[in-house]
Amino acid sequence: MVQFLIFVKKEWLHIWRDRRTLFILIWMPVVQILLYGFALTNEVKNSNIAILDQSKDEASTMISNEIAASRYFNVMYYLKSSKEIESTFKQGKIRMVVIFPRNFRYDLLHNNHAQIQLIADASDPNTANTLTNYASSIINDYQQTLHPTENLPYTINTQVRMLYNPELKGAYNFVPGVMALVLMLVCAMMTSISIVREKEMGTMEVILVSPLKPFRIIIAKTIPYLLVSLLNIATILLLSVFALDVPIVGSLPLLIAESILFTITSLSVGILISNTAKTQQTAQFTSMMSLFLPTLLFSGFLFPVENMPIPLQVISNIVPAKWYYIIVKSIMIKGLGFSSIWKETLILIGMTVVLLGISIKNFKIRLA
Amino acid sequence: MRPLKFLLQKELRQIFRDPAIIRILFIMPMVQLLILPLAADYEIKNINLGLVDHDHSEYSRKLVNKIVASGYFRLKDNSALFKQGMHAIEQDKTDLILEIPAHFERDLIKDNAATLLIAVNAINGVKAGLGGAYIQGIIQEYNKDIRDQWVSEPHFDPQPVIEVTYSDWFNPNMNYRVFMVPGILVMLVTIIGSSIASNNIVREKEMGTIEQINVSPISKAHFILGKLIPFWMLALAVLTVGLTLARVIYGILPLGHYITIYIFAALYLLAILGLGLLLSTYAQTQQQSMLVSFFITMIFNLLSGLFTPIESMPGWAQVITRFNPVSYFIEVMRMVILKGSGLADIRYHILAMIGFAVFFNTWAILNYRKRSG
Repeated sequence: MVQFLIFVKKEWLHIWRDRRTLFILIWMPVVQILLYGFALTNEVKNSNIAILDQSKDEASTMISNEIAASRYFNVMYYLKSSKEIESTFKQGKIRMVVIFPRNFRYDLLHNNHAQIQLIADASDPNTANTLTNYASSIINDYQQTLHPTENLPYTINTQVRMLYNPELKGAYNFVPGVMALVLMLVCAMMTSISIVREKEMGTMEVILVSPLKPFRIIIAKTIPYLLVSLLNIATILLLSVFALDVPIVGSLPLLIAESILFTITSLSVGILISNTAKTQQTAQFTSMMSLFLPTLLFSGFLFPVENMPIPLQVISNIVPAKWYYIIVKSIMIKGLGFSSIWKETLILIGMTVVLLGISIKNFKIRLA
Repeated sequence: MRPLKFLLQKELRQIFRDPAIIRILFIMPMVQLLILPLAADYEIKNINLGLVDHDHSEYSRKLVNKIVASGYFRLKDNSALFKQGMHAIEQDKTDLILEIPAHFERDLIKDNAATLLIAVNAINGVKAGLGGAYIQGIIQEYNKDIRDQWVSEPHFDPQPVIEVTYSDWFNPNMNYRVFMVPGILVMLVTIIGSSIASNNIVREKEMGTIEQINVSPISKAHFILGKLIPFWMLALAVLTVGLTLARVIYGILPLGHYITIYIFAALYLLAILGLGLLLSTYAQTQQQSMLVSFFITMIFNLLSGLFTPIESMPGWAQVITRFNPVSYFIEVMRMVILKGSGLADIRYHILAMIGFAVFFNTWAILNYRKRSG
């Protein structure tokens, strides 16, 4: 036991004395939470648009002003002719052009029918859709002012309730995702690199001839990273509660226990990678490509898993982060108890056992 | 120039004698490029609907049929009580509950008004907002059907109507993949470029082979160039494979010229590799340089406009994107591929990228010391 603790201490000193790495390990979750919480949003606002008003009458000016006043649009140019449309789009400066034809008001009042054309840059389909929807609702509002409607018969009213996240904040979705991402990264990538490093530097030989059982050495290597990830969990939770106003509805001890379980899963992934990789570079690429990107993609926090083609949905099941993400969402945001997440917990435990089993079986006491 | 030639020979040999790296460099990004665009789909469809129908009337059945027939919703749960429906939401079996109150049909016909309750799981705000909007749109349409059935409207509408016509340029089929694939390609090239470059010098430091270079008659600039050029070629090769795949698999043909993409990519890679080498001159261990480069590329990628539009970001974040080479390249890729922009359209992007490249590489050369310790 004493020997074991000495190894843990050695590993701890490795991390502690590498101040730059430690600095990043501690600040990474902070930066991620702040970026996701404040900078990254799919909400469309302040989109740059241009207006081509060929009639310049009272009605078209009114609508233009309404559009300019909306927080969704930022009118960047008033174009003079339709020739300018394409070049303005090609320079990438605007997302939409609103075109009023000649005699707009005349047509509207005398023929009871006038047209407005919206040309959207549909290279980003979602934004294009949202922008045209916003613009047409502004135009609709204007049209309503022309003739106030009476009460219509046979009306179905809808009452919409947004559960768990009434303000539709993005943070509710991102916080659990960032937790999964950071833990995966710190545990799997950092441990795999630190083990392979010993191989590459030749110090593994020294360790392997020590009286401690080889597998205990590996366990000792993971413990400091376990501590760092606990610190990260604490930072993320504190930030989400106090900076992003995302509450922890469910039980905190349960959340922490599940996080420790996921940390252990990630650590075993790291050990497995270190078994196969010969150089630090390979270890890094393997963890990046087989862990970081799948976690980002398949955990469901950036892209909804149910939208993906079936084969990918099947693949997503072997990504541990997906299950952890469901667990965190259930405890933290829905406030559910253990009874609703025992299945996910069992899956994580199963994965950990399998991963550790494979690593123990493949662990080489001898250098090649 | 002779020392540079030998340095290049050495670096290229080093790269090609590590089959694991070559494999990873080419196969991994290809796999990613095949999977990522399929996964990175923001289009909201297949919303799981939970139904709590207290009315069981003809009208409520018609409404549900209409919702399911829209193609956006799948009826996954049918509960007798709202509480049971809520349980399905907790289990993530459904995303949205539609509760039809008792006497829905009677109220609508007799009292001229009835109310439906919709409860949406809003943890994913975007999905909830869109899902709520879709279902309300369908209900409104259904409402109109009923009205048409009961009220015969005059054929001529005396009220003024503004007709809004739409055209979707550059991506008329609204294909999300055409938008994502170029961006994802940029992300992959960036991750690969910056991580191999940032590892390289520090690897020589860690292995001790840097000593030999330090005592050789090689100038600092030659040394950095000798590291830069092989990776630059490698990354351009990865880009080429990526563009080919995009064309073969996703049918993405740039409207603009490939040459425009390559000219910009060449400059961009100089900047990104320069940044990697710069980090490498500072780092002491590979673990350190990997983590730092990972950290920086992560911030760059998140703030690049790849996943979320830059205009939606708050002011301070938009300022950061202007100092982010990745956001320029993603913009250029999308402009050239989707809109057919030419060199003249991207002249400011090119200038900015030259600035980045000169800045990072000069700094890297200045910071590289031929002394150890």
